[in-house]
Amino acid sequence: MSEPKQRTGGQILCDAMRTEGTGAIFGMPGGASLPFYDALYHYADLAHYSMRHEQGAGYAADGYARALNRVGICTATSGPGATNLVTSMASAMMDSVPVIFVTGQVATPFIGSDAFQETDITGVSIPVTKQNYLVKNVEELPQIVAEAFYLARSGRPGPVHIDVPKDVLTDTTDIPTPTDVKIHGYRPAGLGHKRMIQRAAEAINAAEKPVILAGHGIAISEAFDELKELVEKASIPVITTLHGVGNFPESHDLSFGMLGMHGMYYANIAVHECDLIIALGMRFDDRVTGRVKDFAPNANIVHIDIDPAEIEKVVPTAVPIVGDVKLTLGALNPQIESGDRAAWLSRLNSLKADHPSHAIRESEALLPQRVVRNIYEATKGEAKIIGDVGQNQMWAAQHFLYDKPLSFFSAGGLGGMGYSLPAAIGVQIAKPDDTVWSITGDGGLQINIQELAALAEYNLPVKIAVLNNGHLGMIRQWQNRFYEGRLKASVLQNPNFAAVAEAYGVRGISAGSNEDARKAIDEAMAHDGPVLIDFAVDPNEDVFPMVEPGASLAETVEV
Amino acid sequence: MAAIEYSTLVALVQDHPGVLTKAAMLFRRRGYNIASLNVGHSEVPGISRMTIVVEGRGPHIKQCEKQLYKLVEVVKVLDLTEEARVDKEVALIRVSAHSAERAEVVGIARAFDAEIVDVARDSLIVEITASPYTIDRFLEVAGDFGILELTRTGVVSMSRGGNGAK
Repeated sequence: MSEPKQRTGGQILCDAMRTEGTGAIFGMPGGASLPFYDALYHYADLAHYSMRHEQGAGYAADGYARALNRVGICTATSGPGATNLVTSMASAMMDSVPVIFVTGQVATPFIGSDAFQETDITGVSIPVTKQNYLVKNVEELPQIVAEAFYLARSGRPGPVHIDVPKDVLTDTTDIPTPTDVKIHGYRPAGLGHKRMIQRAAEAINAAEKPVILAGHGIAISEAFDELKELVEKASIPVITTLHGVGNFPESHDLSFGMLGMHGMYYANIAVHECDLIIALGMRFDDRVTGRVKDFAPNANIVHIDIDPAEIEKVVPTAVPIVGDVKLTLGALNPQIESGDRAAWLSRLNSLKADHPSHAIRESEALLPQRVVRNIYEATKGEAKIIGDVGQNQMWAAQHFLYDKPLSFFSAGGLGGMGYSLPAAIGVQIAKPDDTVWSITGDGGLQINIQELAALAEYNLPVKIAVLNNGHLGMIRQWQNRFYEGRLKASVLQNPNFAAVAEAYGVRGISAGSNEDARKAIDEAMAHDGPVLIDFAVDPNEDVFPMVEPGASLAETVEV
Repeated sequence: MAAIEYSTLVALVQDHPGVLTKAAMLFRRRGYNIASLNVGHSEVPGISRMTIVVEGRGPHIKQCEKQLYKLVEVVKVLDLTEEARVDKEVALIRVSAHSAERAEVVGIARAFDAEIVDVARDSLIVEITASPYTIDRFLEVAGDFGILELTRTGVVSMSRGGNGAK
């Protein structure tokens, strides 16, 4: 043990960021966080990426955290810097992403005085973080940073917010940062209950028409091998949630795509017809279930999730298991009997053949789905895809064949447009050798377009595909379908995105035909640096299949 | 009209700043109606005890209990709704009582084991420590004289028998 060393609050934060080994910090400085940045100045091994808006910094940390399954770090100053983070906090909360948000705060004597750039940001962040702290003095800080990282990554991961007043950043203490954290009453689940696992095995062995719904929990706990073992041993079809895309190779015979509002027809019908749902690390979101009372009417549900509050929140559960899905599958698999389930698989394969939702029709016009498929082909499937929110997100999920885990990321829970570009920056920094594509829309791109500056500054080879249909496409789709075509505020007048990109120092290309599109993608892949391609896609293309609001999965429509 | 059903939850929480806000926000944002909420020290230093009486019964309340558990500061949650328990609440009630009525009000207060804690020319303050049900009955009777002011602490609850919430 070395002698206790006096450290400033800023150094305590930087030391923790170094120890946690995340290596990258996304942020923007400001008045109240100056002492943190001054401490950071002396930590050459901690790379700080200057984003152009705090929301972009939050999303970049989110993308970074997801790509590595490690804690991401984001910093902002007090007041406006902190309030600008709120959307990215809410997104990380909804999607269970471990991000530490550090905000500066006015000095403690000024707190509560409506000082310049003062906001009660811990008051604001309560419902959008897993835990938050306002640090009242530097002596508390070592314990708080240790707790914060531990809470962010353990159990069901999530964002943790630390609000640090300016004087706490400069005050010093010799209290070391604890290496072992215990929080009274906080016990993240590990292996599920033995008896329940046995009951799950009995239910699975007895099921004639089971399906697995593989969710984000599989990706978070990296239970890919355990999932594959279960699936192949018992010949159980796998369907994923949006965040579960890539959990299981989509080209595998037992993969039946994604379910939900824009899930594959055969996936939705499979869920409707099945006699057992094995739900792994997912939460029966309303976009997944459709009309809940008619969800999987013939099925019992085995639900494994690390968060007890997700069990029976939405659907009644025959076998509830609170546990880490990787550990729990490890204990479950040996109790599973082999089987071929030939009749059930033959039913699903004929559904798939009759209703090939993944197929793209031939078209003279450039279809957005085709652009996604072209990117798949050009990258040979070896790419990280970051969707935005809306139509582009659904096409990106549907039409790229994800054979590798942790290759598709999107802000599925909160559904915040503007996610794709900054998150792609985070993913590229986390995975410098991987090909990273941001698939976004003309609406979403504008929300965080300023991050083209960060992209250019760090010369990250992210490729941006703008599926430009001149609309807030999903809004237009709903206005056409449910509001008798009254397009209000969903038609966009856009800038020349390629020219905007060039102005930021990012290669910009415009593509309006099938041939242009293929060439542009090849050119982008060949370019060693960031590229934006503005694809002028068919402005009237809608996302299908679709489960209309209030409908059940059985009522999935294909046009 | 069907009577509203209530559940009684007890939460043991770390005595940190903001815990009450977090619990209150949780009830608000998930749509639970709080009938009463009381917070004070428990037998363990650093641990506060909340007694929360919330509208509703059944799965809805189970979900509420789980959501409370998700707050990092919450150490334990007990649902006492179906338990044999002691429910107590304190009320201070300023009852209108002119000299002619004073003896009658005092008599009623005695019948309820309540205490007269202040006497003025035209009113009395009655302190009653009882179950919410008994306090309601007292208020009904005292209402005939006129209730000028009322404050209630909300219920505190403890299950009967055993060794407590360890």
